[in-house]
Amino acid sequence: MSEATRGRRRSPRDLVGGTPTETWSLRFDDRELPAQTGQSIAAVLWSAGILAWRTTRETATPRGAFCGIGSCYDCLVTVNGRPNQRACLVPARPGDHVTTQEGTGHGDLAV
Amino acid sequence: MATSPSDLAVIGAGPAGLAAAVTAAGLGLRVTLLDAGERPGGQYYRHPAPGLGAARPEALHHGWAAFAAREAALRAHEAAGRITYLPFHHVWTVVPEGQGATADRAAPTWTLHAVAGPDEAPTIVRARAVLLATGAYERQLPFPGWTLPGVVGAGGAQAMLKSGLVLPGRRAVVAGSGPLLLAVAGSLAAAGARVPAVVEAAAYTGYAAHAPALLRNPGKLAEGATYGSALLRHGVRLLTRHAVTEAHGTDRVEAVTVARLDRDWRPLPGTARRIPCDAVAVGHGLVPQLELATGLGCATRPSPDATVALELDARQRTSVPGIWSAGETGGIGGAQLALAEGEIAAHSIAGRPVPARLVRSRTRLRAFAAAMAGAHRPGPGWTGWLREDTDVCRCEEVPASRIREAVEDLGARDARTVKLLTRAGMGWCQGRMCGPAVAALAGTGPAPDRRPLSCPVPLRHLAGLPADAPSELPPGLPPELPPELP
Ligand code: FES
Repeated sequence: MSEATRGRRRSPRDLVGGTPTETWSLRFDDRELPAQTGQSIAAVLWSAGILAWRTTRETATPRGAFCGIGSCYDCLVTVNGRPNQRACLVPARPGDHVTTQEGTGHGDLAV
Repeated sequence: MATSPSDLAVIGAGPAGLAAAVTAAGLGLRVTLLDAGERPGGQYYRHPAPGLGAARPEALHHGWAAFAAREAALRAHEAAGRITYLPFHHVWTVVPEGQGATADRAAPTWTLHAVAGPDEAPTIVRARAVLLATGAYERQLPFPGWTLPGVVGAGGAQAMLKSGLVLPGRRAVVAGSGPLLLAVAGSLAAAGARVPAVVEAAAYTGYAAHAPALLRNPGKLAEGATYGSALLRHGVRLLTRHAVTEAHGTDRVEAVTVARLDRDWRPLPGTARRIPCDAVAVGHGLVPQLELATGLGCATRPSPDATVALELDARQRTSVPGIWSAGETGGIGGAQLALAEGEIAAHSIAGRPVPARLVRSRTRLRAFAAAMAGAHRPGPGWTGWLREDTDVCRCEEVPASRIREAVEDLGARDARTVKLLTRAGMGWCQGRMCGPAVAALAGTGPAPDRRPLSCPVPLRHLAGLPADAPSELPPGLPPELPPELP
């Protein structure tokens, strides 16, 4: 498309132009991921190539964002210790610590 | 909260709700506009947050000017105090005020209960009229491997791209049915993904039967041609009468099987081939989101695409006096139709005559929508893609075998009984993802959304409700409560 993109793969950012106002890092388990103001937690994870961030209750299989709009609840994640947050809706904020959610996210309370 | 009621509460700030709110405010009504999203525009006009610094958000959109004009009007009305705009507010129930006590009044005042922001703070809005512009969500038909990471909703991939400027992968197969697929493939390709194929289960020849509706909509044809040429430019192949019948991979998707279909959507033996990919964007059109409407008792009707939509009159009135609706809730029809219907509803609510040009464009666009809906209606053969161990309900991990057992051995004759026997549809999403599939396996038609609450609501808010509302809480605990509660 534009001169900037010649010779390498285009990206979504090339398409809409502009630059993010702020970039910081989001803590996901023990990793630091680049995050930009305005991205949802799911978007930050997808940007880093991470597509799964929870395991299911019954069969412990990996899941991540599916519907992308808050209807499927497949993207549940633990944010700052609060489980069952929809990663596709929750905006990423500086200082957030996001952790993989296993099962109900309440493993510590299981009886 | 004893604030005086608004003249109109609009639920949803997508094309229909936004158009209705600014038109109504322009006609002198005091409007409260509530929306679950952070920014106006709904799913269609989803766009990057300001912090992402996008200089050309319109690059991801068709008809951006129509949105920009209405957003500017919204801001002006907001500044003048004519519209109270409440983003990040999810309305979970609407109840008539003083139900029973003021039965003498023909038009009750409505109370809207919402949860606001990430902290889910309870909020109440009162209004004399309500416009439901709650839109739609994507219809999914399960197939083996559809729960693998990297398999995402086609609309979901589009939404994440539009709002977060991200892609699920670099090589994405787009599959399912409906015109949205072309738009999604075009956006993914423009944003740098390789799209080896758009796999469309319907035959576009289905449109031929509706030539008059097509010809009266040159704008819509041009829109289709735009998508078509974008796909050509990016070297995307369009395979009609084909479906992704399986996704392969261990921790994430690595390839799909694509097969040719007969006219009932049964895969033809010997036609399967594998396409390597690291993402699959899949969807079979949209389903009107009706739970607030059905909770209020609004009448519904079957649509040609095998979904259920609201029964609306020429003035966008539902069957419940005081409740209007516009946009996808009245049948899937796209953004242009939603804008027209929102404006019609606003005139109607303000007690003004509806401009003839709006009525004409609605008639024309509805005819086009009906033609399209019929062409992309799922064929019965799709259930042949399922294997016994394919999870149909993603939330509760209920495989096809358990649903078939409920139907064949235990005699379940409808989706509701299947749900009670298998828990399919009882999880977090309340059947939004598996509902159409479960209904098909139960051998019944689609049922309108019936969910006691339109989103999970903290128990403490329910405890604070008056005893007579909402009227339809299920016995026992609502399933959307965290599962560890007793
Ligand atoms: S991806 Fe469906 S709710 Fe977040």
